Amino acid sequence: MLSRGFFGVRRPKPPRDIPPGQYYETGFPVLTYGPTERVSTADWKFTIDLGEDGSKSWNWDELLAMPQTDIHTDIHCVTKWSMLDSDWKGVDLDVFFEQAGVDPSEDYLMVRSFGGYTTNLPVSDVRDGKAFIVHEFDGEPIAPEHGGPVRMIVPHLYFWKSAKWVESIRFMDQDAPGFWESNGYHMYGDPWREQRYWGD
Amino acid sequence: MANTEGRQPGKLVWHVATVESITVETYRVKTYRLRPPTWASFRPGMHYDIRLTAPDGYQTQRSYSIATAPETRSVLDLTIEKIVDGEVSPYFHDVVVIGDRVEMRGPIGGPFTWTGSMGGPLLLVAGGSGIVPLMSMLRHRDSTARHVQTFLLYSSRSLDDVIYREELDALAEAGNGLQMAHTFTRSAPEGWDGYARRVDVEMLSDVFNRLGAIGRAYICGPDGFVETAANALVDAGVSPERVRTERFGPTGT
Ligand SMILES: Cc1cc2nc3c(=O)[nH]c(=O)nc-3n(C[C@H](O)[C@H](O)[C@H](O)COP(=O)(O)OP(=O)(O)OC[C@H]3O[C@@H](n4cnc5c(N)ncnc54)[C@H](O)[C@@H]3O)c2cc1C
Repeated sequence: MLSRGFFGVRRPKPPRDIPPGQYYETGFPVLTYGPTERVSTADWKFTIDLGEDGSKSWNWDELLAMPQTDIHTDIHCVTKWSMLDSDWKGVDLDVFFEQAGVDPSEDYLMVRSFGGYTTNLPVSDVRDGKAFIVHEFDGEPIAPEHGGPVRMIVPHLYFWKSAKWVESIRFMDQDAPGFWESNGYHMYGDPWREQRYWGD
Repeated sequence: MANTEGRQPGKLVWHVATVESITVETYRVKTYRLRPPTWASFRPGMHYDIRLTAPDGYQTQRSYSIATAPETRSVLDLTIEKIVDGEVSPYFHDVVVIGDRVEMRGPIGGPFTWTGSMGGPLLLVAGGSGIVPLMSMLRHRDSTARHVQTFLLYSSRSLDDVIYREELDALAEAGNGLQMAHTFTRSAPEGWDGYARRVDVEMLSDVFNRLGAIGRAYICGPDGFVETAANALVDAGVSPERVRTERFGPTGT
């Protein structure tokens, strides 16, 4: 439906196409359903649950000692803003899988954050350079409200899939909803197909 | 965390609602009363997505909280603050008139919702237009849950920026377990002896004491306001699980 008298201000114009319904934002807004978690680098630890084989964890120093990747990417938040050309530094999730010696037979995983936030992902969406555990944003430590000291990023999906204050992942045979996915938001969340809500 | 609050069955489709009335709230805030083709019930705190389409096919979307309570049926109010240099809010303020049609879909939202059955004591902390979803909660409380002990702390730049001022005054005077405090961050009215600074730990500790206990706290406003207020509330001793936040945008107050 045409909106009478609307011509689109688009200020500033994005340098390239962004997903449908999104607007180009030059700042970095915050989305969290509660207060910012306070996690110190000393307390931070990331764990992959290996089921019957126990688990494998990495602390802050171990994270920094792993091979680091610079990630230059666009971020699309379901609250409509898109941030283009952001720079992150961290470790490819594939490296964690390698070091844990895990090649999961399950198709899904649940990511958990300090504070209890959860989000579900297909395993294939975090492999082959598609997901990262990051600790720097635009050359600086990640601010707590943006998920620091350490968050996950899965840039090809809506940003709620990129868990702040990341704590662990656990594999699942079947898909199950995380926090926003239980609250009306899409199970997969592809911004280019505008999968914001249930049924999209 | 299994959470089924606010479950919305089925697909959210776009509807065309008609603007039925427009109320000037302050010099930069207006309320738009919309009549959708079919009215869906919702929980206070939820929002709608609005979609605008230009003649060249360009579209953009923004979210706006529902200001009315679910007890007001058939219509719903959106209260929109005009953001200078913005795209959608100036369109509403400068272009939209009564009778115009607006595409919208919703209601959306889960964690940031409250209904009378959830009880209290209830703490509501608003910064600027962050009052909108909290007003839905207050209106809902007033018609169905007056027994819930409630405190509204509302931060505005000045008295002229206070949205829903007369209605809030009336609610506060009803003396039915709703306490209210304003704080003014730029200019306080002459002779004002209340708070006249940004929300901080001391102010929230004060409010916490006046309320006695906190069952649930809802904080809404610009990103920076919510960040400060939520941190201060946790520092004042409220457990983070009890605190829910809604952030409206990157700058402000
Ligand atoms: C869940 C949710 C509910 C919301 N409910 C309401 C509501 O009830 N009433 C309401 O008025 N707004 C509400 N908002 C904000 C609204 O969605 C828009 O972001 C806002 O109207 C600005 O849109 P715009 O197109 O006018 O400005 P844009 O073109 O998007 O932005 C223009 C400039 O203003 C900045 N900006 C964006 N938002 C704000 C802000 N809030 N304060 C100051 N600067 C800002 C941007 O960073 C940008 O630089 C809500 C947002 C969310 C996520």
